[in-house]
Amino acid sequence: MIALVDYRAGNLTSVRKALTALGATFETPETPEALSGAAGIIVPGVGHFASTANLSDGWRRAVLARVSAGVPLLGICVGMQWLFQGSDEAPQCPGLGLLDGRCARLVGDTARRVKVPHVGWNGLELPPGSTSRLLAGVPSGSQVYFTHSYAPPVTPDCAAATIHGGTFAAAVERDGVFGVQFHPEKSSDIGLGILRNFLDECDRPR
Amino acid sequence: MLSKRIIACLDVRSGQVVKGVQFQRLRHAGDPAELARRYNVEGIDEVVVLDITATLEGRQTLAHTVHAVAAEIFLPLAVGGGIRSEEDAATVIDAGADKVSLNTAALRDPDLITSLASRYGSQAVIVAIDAKRHDERFAVYVRSGQTDAARDAVEWAREAQERGAGEILLTSMDRDGTRLGFDCQLSAAVSAAVDIPVIASGGAGTFDHFVDVFTEGRADAALAASIFHYAESSVSDLKQHLRAHDIPVRQ
Repeated sequence: MIALVDYRAGNLTSVRKALTALGATFETPETPEALSGAAGIIVPGVGHFASTANLSDGWRRAVLARVSAGVPLLGICVGMQWLFQGSDEAPQCPGLGLLDGRCARLVGDTARRVKVPHVGWNGLELPPGSTSRLLAGVPSGSQVYFTHSYAPPVTPDCAAATIHGGTFAAAVERDGVFGVQFHPEKSSDIGLGILRNFLDECDRPR
Repeated sequence: MLSKRIIACLDVRSGQVVKGVQFQRLRHAGDPAELARRYNVEGIDEVVVLDITATLEGRQTLAHTVHAVAAEIFLPLAVGGGIRSEEDAATVIDAGADKVSLNTAALRDPDLITSLASRYGSQAVIVAIDAKRHDERFAVYVRSGQTDAARDAVEWAREAQERGAGEILLTSMDRDGTRLGFDCQLSAAVSAAVDIPVIASGGAGTFDHFVDVFTEGRADAALAASIFHYAESSVSDLKQHLRAHDIPVRQ
């Protein structure tokens, strides 16, 4: 069973629909304790980083405990940003701190017509010889759908980078912790393939 | 590099696509889910479902249509037409829409932009502007283009952004349905005035019209209906044409 964490940041319909299409069994746990039976955890979300404050200390402890136990975790969009130490969008809200770095606002450039928010399809740049499990089978240059104004920095955990004004981490991966700034559930076949890779991670014996 | 988006618009009445449609290549004429499926295969980047029904029954049918279209495609899906309240927006978002497009209601009740942006995020709120040339200005019309709202389109777009809109869907009433090309001056004027993406609409007749609106017209996305519905032009052929003109589009 995959646990889909609902913290009232936008609706979960699209992610549910994608997981259903992939044949995954999933639940939206009411309490942090219910995470204990999950084979994988997905933290979706669109909107404002401040909504992560809806995740109480109990949720934070439960997610961290499952990650320590080796349960794969996937953060999507704001859910990915939550994996870091925090975001300039809501400096008072600490992130989970599983990954080093802070999320910062994208820098637009009117003269070069680089707009913020960054909305639309943009390319994933994978390093040569990428061994990413999340992005297995995804060719460098593949386009995925973004809609955001803040983004995480490129760190050693970056599995794919995207350029919009500057360069940011579009996908991160460290052990069982995964994150994507784009929306795989809105990125057609490429996106479904990435979700499939995550579900395969959850199915692997630990 | 961020791609320019090609968006297909499905004008829906009572669950059927209605705008200027011949559906020569489709077995079930007028089915929105079937059209969405075809566009997805051809590489469309986004789909807009526009309810052109004015009745309560139509509104209830809309949720079914949105659900059926959302079940076919894993692409961004926007829904507009007659969304007047948070409840209307919630109904279509719960049915699978990622974004709602506000038009008349946004002008009458601009706080609705802000309340929807706080609830769902700015990325979920499109403000649609129907504009018509008045000498050198662009005037905003509401109520399906019937009423002059006594507002300037550029100024209203800027206000919509300040109130929390995440995108502007800009339709040229002068060009809509004419196939004479987009009004590039209109889209360039609005695009220069806001930081949020501008979707140009109205007038697409040839592939070169899309080249024009992405260069001269400074649009971030272009929306069309009949050019695709007629099945005389496929989305993939359009994208090939755009690539040949060095315009970045999704493969």
